[in-house]
Amino acid sequence: MAEVLWGIFVGPFKDIAGSPTFFVEVLIGGVAAGLMYSLVALGFVLIFKASGVFNFAQGVMVLFAALTLVGLLERGVPVPVALGLTALVMIALAFGIERVVLRPLVNQPAIILFMATIGLNFFLEGFGEMVWGSNVKRLDIGIPDESFKVAGVLVNKLELTAALTAAVLVAILAVFFQRTRIGRALRAVADDHEAALSIGIPLKTIWVVVWSVAGIVAIVAGVMWGAKSGVQFSLSLVALKALPVLILGGFESVPGAIVGGLIIGVGEKVGEVYWGPLVGGAIENWFAYVLALAFLLVRPQGLFGEKIIERV
Amino acid sequence: MIYREAGHFKSSYAADQAIFPIVQDRVFLGLVAVVAFVAVPLAANEYWLQAILIPFLIYALAAIGLNLLTGYAGQLSLGTGGFMAVGAYAAFKLTTAFPWLNMLVVFVLAGLVAAGVGLLFGIPSLRIKGFYLAVATLAAQFFLIWLFNKVGWFVNYAPSGTATAPPRTMLGVMVTGPQATASARYLMALGMVVLFALVAKNLVRGRVGRSWMAMRDRDIAAEIIGIRPLQTKLLAFAISSFYCGVAGAELLFLYLGSVETLAFDINLSFLVLFMVIIGGLGSVLGSFLGAAFIVLVPIFLTNAPHWLGLAMRTDTQKHLELMIFGGLIVFFLIVEPRGLARLWQVTKEKLRLWPFPH
Amino acid sequence: MRGPAGASEPLLEVDGVSVRFGALLALNRVSLCIPRGEICAIIGPNGAGKTTLLNCISGFYHPYEGRIAFAGRERTRWRPPDVAELGIARTFQNVALFRGMTVLDNIMTGRVLKMRGSFLLDALWWGPARRQELAHRAFVERIIDFLEIQAIRKTPAGRLPYGLQKRVELARALAAEPELLLLDEPMAGMNVEEKEDMCRFILDVSGEFGTTIALIEHDMGVVMDISNHVVVLDYGRKIADGTPEHVRKDDTVRDAYLGVAHD
Repeated sequence: MAEVLWGIFVGPFKDIAGSPTFFVEVLIGGVAAGLMYSLVALGFVLIFKASGVFNFAQGVMVLFAALTLVGLLERGVPVPVALGLTALVMIALAFGIERVVLRPLVNQPAIILFMATIGLNFFLEGFGEMVWGSNVKRLDIGIPDESFKVAGVLVNKLELTAALTAAVLVAILAVFFQRTRIGRALRAVADDHEAALSIGIPLKTIWVVVWSVAGIVAIVAGVMWGAKSGVQFSLSLVALKALPVLILGGFESVPGAIVGGLIIGVGEKVGEVYWGPLVGGAIENWFAYVLALAFLLVRPQGLFGEKIIERV
Repeated sequence: MIYREAGHFKSSYAADQAIFPIVQDRVFLGLVAVVAFVAVPLAANEYWLQAILIPFLIYALAAIGLNLLTGYAGQLSLGTGGFMAVGAYAAFKLTTAFPWLNMLVVFVLAGLVAAGVGLLFGIPSLRIKGFYLAVATLAAQFFLIWLFNKVGWFVNYAPSGTATAPPRTMLGVMVTGPQATASARYLMALGMVVLFALVAKNLVRGRVGRSWMAMRDRDIAAEIIGIRPLQTKLLAFAISSFYCGVAGAELLFLYLGSVETLAFDINLSFLVLFMVIIGGLGSVLGSFLGAAFIVLVPIFLTNAPHWLGLAMRTDTQKHLELMIFGGLIVFFLIVEPRGLARLWQVTKEKLRLWPFPH
Repeated sequence: MRGPAGASEPLLEVDGVSVRFGALLALNRVSLCIPRGEICAIIGPNGAGKTTLLNCISGFYHPYEGRIAFAGRERTRWRPPDVAELGIARTFQNVALFRGMTVLDNIMTGRVLKMRGSFLLDALWWGPARRQELAHRAFVERIIDFLEIQAIRKTPAGRLPYGLQKRVELARALAAEPELLLLDEPMAGMNVEEKEDMCRFILDVSGEFGTTIALIEHDMGVVMDISNHVVVLDYGRKIADGTPEHVRKDDTVRDAYLGVAHD
């Protein structure tokens, strides 16, 4: 018993203090993983902020984007063209989703739309794998997966690129929502579809725009993930982890997606390395969710979410 | 007008609140019961029982469980697989520790264990609603699977990590284990699902069901009327997990024979959710229809190419399955959110007039 | 026009209650007393805090100062289900029926506090559970007869026209056999005929069952006709309190709400 207590409350901290450079490397690894989650969560936030729909299929969109890109690259299409084509495919997908799924379900309760995106999730998974095949693929974007030392700490080039990309994306999106007219219109749509329609906001256009942007974000996420661990089906499962990120960060907050991702990423990595061996490892499977659950009990609307005042 | 209510007057409230108030329904059900309990075990072949009927009955039970929680009480849950796993491993531990226990008792006890776990994971549901609750149930799902993976005690330290159902008899007939005939296992599953379906129907047409639906439709108004949210939600979680736990135990003992945690992963949770959505949220009949549908589609996909003289690779079949399930979910949500059960109801209403057009 | 109700200890006492949402003061030291058996109308311009007051009485909002007592019992910070058990039922401004259930089931749900029972017996639909369900059904049918909604008892509530929905909501509140009935704009959106029917029902409820009623209402004709006590709210404050005649002539009320005729 004393061993267990030691293992939880003392041992890991001693390990941390014992080799600080290693701890920093774990932290960096966590930050990098966290930013990857954030990239996926960003897509969720975009769609939720703009259409009030919780898009369960975001993870699969990431997979789909990656599959398409890799499929094109494998057939010898040059990288810039492949990226452009993939973007077109995602835009076409956005059109399709708006026409087939969103338009018929306009103003249905949120839970119905959510379940529709679950259906979409599975459909796209099957479709993507049928078209491009389901074996693991390598994705090479010209940045080597190697590490170099900065101030005595190992840093991975790929992870660094991912971090920078995420930062740039977030900045662009934040400006977009806060400063532009379209951003305002999007927020109106997210609030109430029918009301927005009735004041002349072109719902259909907005949705296509938003889902396209989310699709582009999915491409970026897909590229980063794929380059790191190969493009495969489990990518969509990993993307499921974006859900705890959203809970921490709030569903409507772009900075929240980043902060939430960082917390989850770092928490997972540190937890796994220092506390994992205590219980046999593989904590990463559930740690993010339990962390989110703990947060929900204290603050049901997430770190950055708005407190909901219920009216009768 | 074969099928009509006109001319049948109910002279008491009891008659009005009966589960099957229409005579034709009762006759139809009687026929179904005879076929199910008598004709099928005698006439059906091994394949039909093993590949179609037994899994159908087991999934139907799980679907009823999830439907009670999500369809009636409005609490979205993605943790069905985890709770089924609890039932399976609890039953395994119980029967290996107490081999003299009657299997029915084992199933019920396993269900109670699952209900307890469900109760625990349902406690957050007072503060957390909607999607957030779904994510919380994911926590339950992933944590439980990890737990059963890591802790060898649950499989009695078997090196393969699988739990294998030991042979057990009931009333002198072998019902589990390699010697149990498909007919015996079928009858056991059938008996249990019929019993629990009746119980579910009784619950939903009375006070408990109304409290759940009130919570689902307008939780604030329900509270102001006097319905206590925590008790109502916890009851839903407990009963739902009970059903899923029993179904999970049946999955191990009556269908698969031996099981790894993989059998209970998140895909199972989604599968049962699909059954509930396609079959009809908030409908016991819908749970059966949805389960039947989900069981039959892969069978159809395996065999259809043969019938058409085409060849299809197994992985293409799997992809098609995913596409069909996903596509159908979207289709049903758009066209008939109340699923197959509602389509069935509409057919019955049309039958009232058929063959007359008006 | 109704005369003053018999004097008795007040059924509901609201004393110096204030409610705040962030920086907004929705209710500002509001006090009122409703004696047993009375029909009290709460009027005032939109946003005056009338529904907030009702929500406070229901226990859905908790005031940050002041107290609320029911039948002499202090119950300021009680939660809604406990308040309901005291014998307070209500209808809502935006009709909060359970759309997925039939009218009958909606009204039966109103009876939930009177239904005690082990869910095990419920599960078996046997003995006491069955008898209890049927007894409650009989009671609910009497309410259905009283409010003349027999024809729609099996219709899903979501499919009813607005006026009928309001009537079903009243039925659901009555099913709880409340001592105090809170009605939030029960006649909003109704035509003249429907309003007359609703007035008749409200008066019948008060006359036959002796239920104390507090209602929020905008139609001054209705207020004058059926109530014997009027409370006027404006910007979260009470600005008048008395018989309908007295309130109608009050200057502050006319300025704030009723309007002054300019010749």
